Amino acid sequence: MTSHAAASGTDAVLRQVLRDVLGLPAHRVEAFTSETGLFGHLPELDSMAVAGLLTEVEDRLGIIIEDDEVDGEMLETYGALLTFVWAKRGG
Amino acid sequence: MHRVLVLPAWFDEGNKLRHFTVEVMRRLDGSGIDSFLPDLPGCNESPAPLERQTVESWRAEAAEAAWFFSATHVLAIRAAAMIAPDALPGWRYAPLSGSSQLRALLRARVLSAREAGREENREALIGEGRQNGLEVAGYRLGAAMIAGLAEAELPGTAHQRDIAQSDIGGAGLWLRAEPGHDRNQADALAAVLAMELLA
Repeated sequence: MTSHAAASGTDAVLRQVLRDVLGLPAHRVEAFTSETGLFGHLPELDSMAVAGLLTEVEDRLGIIIEDDEVDGEMLETYGALLTFVWAKRGG
Repeated sequence: MHRVLVLPAWFDEGNKLRHFTVEVMRRLDGSGIDSFLPDLPGCNESPAPLERQTVESWRAEAAEAAWFFSATHVLAIRAAAMIAPDALPGWRYAPLSGSSQLRALLRARVLSAREAGREENREALIGEGRQNGLEVAGYRLGAAMIAGLAEAELPGTAHQRDIAQSDIGGAGLWLRAEPGHDRNQADALAAVLAMELLA
């Protein structure tokens, strides 16, 4: 897989997980940009929802996310979360 | 007559799946299948203290409820697969082990602590929880429950069939940040049960 394909695959999976967690229609999540705020910006995205989101990302992408890797910055925007997950996949 | 004991999902997942669970039961009723949804001790309207409950005590209650309602089948949702009465035929919907359930609760606790500027980690929390119990995601669990969950893998089952989320379609509603509903999923799960019971 080229790194571009891996990156777009990661992007698609991450958008799908956010859709599933937030219960949003596809077009709303497709419109997320790297600046779109997540944890701390979306009131429904509480710690339990974020925990579920991270576990689902782990399961769907076959990665392990350690608790100490998770911080407010990585969860603050869509772009930051995508960059983190992409790096975890060895991008 | 078919009488299905419905064992609800646990903790936060129970809230997320309550509407879905009741909608599945309505559909079963429409197919002429009776079903029963008891509260686990310490949950919802049960006056028992949650802190005194254990995986074992919930398993005993599930067996008691099966006897009380003269259940012929069981539908165990998510972590309730841990306590489904072994002798009853039935289904385990998207079963979740106790250890996976605890991992999710601890992760939520670590995240909210970090948000509040406190550093916690899972191993230390489990250690503390085994000694003194632990509050996770708003639930005060006793030491025996923490220990029971930490070690609990999904039990084997001779009479119950696992139904995966992919058999139902869509994303599991327990993932939703806010409790949501999807009538197609309720239709699909009820249809699986009704077709097997009425075939």
